[in-house]
Amino acid sequence: MRRRAGPGRRRLRSVALPALLLCAAGLGGCGGGQSIVAPRSHQTSLIALLWWWMLGASVVVFAGAVVLLAIAWFRRRTPGLPLFGRREEVAGGMVIGFGIVIPLVVLVALFAASDLYVIRFSEAPAASSTSLTVDVIGHQWWWEVRYPGTEAVTANEVHIPVDTRVNVVATTADVIHSLWVPRLARKIDMIPGRENRILFDTPDAGTYVGQCSEFCGLQHAHMRMTVVAEAPSAFHAWLTNMARPARAPATAEQREGELLFMGRGCAGCHQLRGTEARGKIGPDLTHLATRKTLAALTIPNTPAELSAWIRDPQAIKPGNHMPDLGLSGAEVAKIASFLEALH
Amino acid sequence: MGAALAPPAREQVARLDRVWKERTGLLGWLTTTDHKRIGLMYFFTTLAFFAAGGTEALLMRTQLIGPNQKLLTPEAYDELFTMHGITMIFLVVIPMTTGAFGNYLIPLMIGARDMAFPRMNAVSFWIFLGSGIFLYVALATGQAPNAGWFDYVPLASKQYDPGLNIDFYGYGLIFNGISSTAAAINIVVTIFKLRAPGMSLNRMPLFCFAFLAAAFSLIFALPSLTLACLFLELDRQLGFHFYDVAFGGDPLLWQNLFWIFGHPEVYIIILPAFGIATSIIPTFVHRRMVLFPLVALAELLVAFLGFGVWVHHMFAVGLATEVTIYFAAASMIIVIPSAIQIFSWITTILTGTPEFKTPLLWIIGFIVFFIAGGLSGITLAAIPFDQQVNASYYVVAHFHFVIFGGAVFPILGGMYYWFPKVTGRMYHERVGQLSFWLSFVGTWVTFFPMHIVGIDGMPRRIYTYVASTGWGALNALESIGAYVLAAGLLLVIVNLAVSLFKGERVGADPWEGDTLEWSTSSPPPPYNYAVIPTVTSAYPMWDERDRRRDRARLEGGQGVLARGHETPASTVQDAHLDEVLGMPPYSMWPLVVGLVLFVGFVMLLLAHYLIAAGVGGMLAAALLAWHARQPEQAPLDPAGGSPPALTQEAAP
Repeated sequence: MRRRAGPGRRRLRSVALPALLLCAAGLGGCGGGQSIVAPRSHQTSLIALLWWWMLGASVVVFAGAVVLLAIAWFRRRTPGLPLFGRREEVAGGMVIGFGIVIPLVVLVALFAASDLYVIRFSEAPAASSTSLTVDVIGHQWWWEVRYPGTEAVTANEVHIPVDTRVNVVATTADVIHSLWVPRLARKIDMIPGRENRILFDTPDAGTYVGQCSEFCGLQHAHMRMTVVAEAPSAFHAWLTNMARPARAPATAEQREGELLFMGRGCAGCHQLRGTEARGKIGPDLTHLATRKTLAALTIPNTPAELSAWIRDPQAIKPGNHMPDLGLSGAEVAKIASFLEALH
Repeated sequence: MGAALAPPAREQVARLDRVWKERTGLLGWLTTTDHKRIGLMYFFTTLAFFAAGGTEALLMRTQLIGPNQKLLTPEAYDELFTMHGITMIFLVVIPMTTGAFGNYLIPLMIGARDMAFPRMNAVSFWIFLGSGIFLYVALATGQAPNAGWFDYVPLASKQYDPGLNIDFYGYGLIFNGISSTAAAINIVVTIFKLRAPGMSLNRMPLFCFAFLAAAFSLIFALPSLTLACLFLELDRQLGFHFYDVAFGGDPLLWQNLFWIFGHPEVYIIILPAFGIATSIIPTFVHRRMVLFPLVALAELLVAFLGFGVWVHHMFAVGLATEVTIYFAAASMIIVIPSAIQIFSWITTILTGTPEFKTPLLWIIGFIVFFIAGGLSGITLAAIPFDQQVNASYYVVAHFHFVIFGGAVFPILGGMYYWFPKVTGRMYHERVGQLSFWLSFVGTWVTFFPMHIVGIDGMPRRIYTYVASTGWGALNALESIGAYVLAAGLLLVIVNLAVSLFKGERVGADPWEGDTLEWSTSSPPPPYNYAVIPTVTSAYPMWDERDRRRDRARLEGGQGVLARGHETPASTVQDAHLDEVLGMPPYSMWPLVVGLVLFVGFVMLLLAHYLIAAGVGGMLAAALLAWHARQPEQAPLDPAGGSPPALTQEAAP
């Protein structure tokens, strides 16, 4: 899926490769779908590079301290230092050197690199520098996604065009959440009364997993999302479809499903644009069938899983705000059939 | 020591025994004002809470051992991680250090007979116990706090958390804060005023500097937490809007108030551990600390700078870059005083002749974990990196290295180190070393992989995860580490418990320690010292001449302060003898005040404000009764030592 490496990534590879190998060999597990050391943007590449440098320096300091303690053990019967013997001023000098001088130099360098330089790429992007805006709104426990200037509304699946500076506006509808797509951007908290912004900008088409990273209640664990980066033409086709109203049911079963949807309570919470269903509490379902997963990545979006979800949402995601409506098996099947046609 | 006493001295000591005698049996413990008994009560209470907090941790680790586990419901998991945090911080580390270690050891180390305010000391304990019971009633009744130990609003508001859970948190922490504040004030006054003649500030043990720094931090940090909790309860119970955006409030007000307390709090946790390390190292390394004055200043500096770094907990909330940069710089500066201490410890060990006995092993472990945790802490001051891993398991790894490896390891080392002083018996050395190695390995295996899963994107506070995340293997390893760690800790307790009855009997100074507590008998008598010691250096027990002179004064019956229930006070800087203070004897009123406060907080919790006001009246009455009885003063006795004699002895 990867098309080309950004300038930051090429630089990163040369430095990070040995460290990555070390990591993979020694510890396993690095580089999963939410790993900050598998960056796919200039911003996250710089942060990963910063991390590898900090790790390298930390290993040196840590090893140095352990070596000193090891020497202490081998020389446990001999007072004083190797070479310098029992000269107190040398012992004092070690404390000044290791405790003040060296840390000061290293910290100033780190401060300049991270908090003066790299931070320029992780702070909120200048509004004029972006060419697309996406609103992501946190809810307990799902993500509402809007594209200002269009009618498009969806949930838990953000689409962006590659090679485009995307202004992501992060807000919340209830408690504090935090939007974190580790491979694309730093995280940003979603705080009532605030409008925070971060930048999504990746050269690589692909699907990137994100997850809420501020504890937000019972189903914090199942508040996940994907960001789909795709070619601009594919993105625009997707957005055009998203902006359309819901398709009318095509079969008798689907029509019955729509009636049940409107009549049995679903419409109270969910919106199907272009119909009477105007609920604002749950996710917009106008194009539900286009999504890959349900309940914020909790289950895949298949007819069977969707039916199971409608029948007993509390069994799958305990504590979530969707009630058990007491529908019969036949009713559930009809509603699912209706929803699975909403492309 | 007593065998060689001349008849007048014997009489004086017998008189001291009489004057300082407390009640016996259970009633004795309930009414005690003896700092050692209060310290022990703190110790056993915090140990019980430690077991509870540890059990909570093991349950969580078992839930996370693999993906999609169903041992715990989300409700239970949220209550457990919240209670684990609250327990370990407010009911274990702070009371274990300031309450148990500080109480028991500070008066002994500075040559005093008790804490400055013995009854306030007792009431600190009873309030602490009350607040702990208060919080655990919440857990027992299934409505424990469940919004995390930093309890962010609006998740913790009435709208999103309508039960009593958060009210237990708000009132529990205000209640607990009274205890910590009283204990901290007591420590500051004791250290400033009750030092033995000659123990000027530059001769005070580094242990006391560390506790002084922690106590000052507590006094200035806790009001912010109390205020935050008060606003929270006003919002929740009376419909105020401090944190409610819809009415002009701001959820970030909570975060700022909480972390203005919360970051100094980290140093409140770690500073006493520094103090314990600086007590154990010279003893087992057989040399003085390298750059003692610089280490003392570094301890105070850490406490001071700790008040200027709180926003580094809020780098992801979207504050202006200019603001975050300031706090990142402050967070980096605070590395320096910590690095000074670390390299002073290492250099002291390196240049001395270390005996790697159990207490020193725990301190070595502490140094190793503290360096690792400190280094990961520095990475979190790199703002862009923090904005990646903030609120992930990387942070969980970082603060467990610092708090568990950094603070709890010295506490465990200190338990071994002072065990012979407190009990008069020695622990089992081989088992002690085994308990260390089990805990050391367990701590690494539990917490180190958390860095990696954090880097791999695992957020903290999730009750489960799906297999496709790839976090399963490392989480399984962490859980296994947790069981190993639990075994190590259990072995510490078993060792000390068995040694309490079967350990070899030891004398006053089994380690050839450097500080004054080793000069009195093990366990110390209720009055600590018959002759108030005089001090001429920072390592008083290594000054043979001074100790010989004290002993001669005791044997000759001169300078035994036996007039009554008294301790000498000295000047703040130079520790010239100032006056002799009458100390209040045992009393039931501290317990009564603690009980009344408990009832009062229960009434506030249940929103029975009128009854709470009535309880407030009872509290005022109990405090009056507390003062009704003057300190017991034995009539002047010509046989008793007199203050002028002490003054002469103290003159340099």
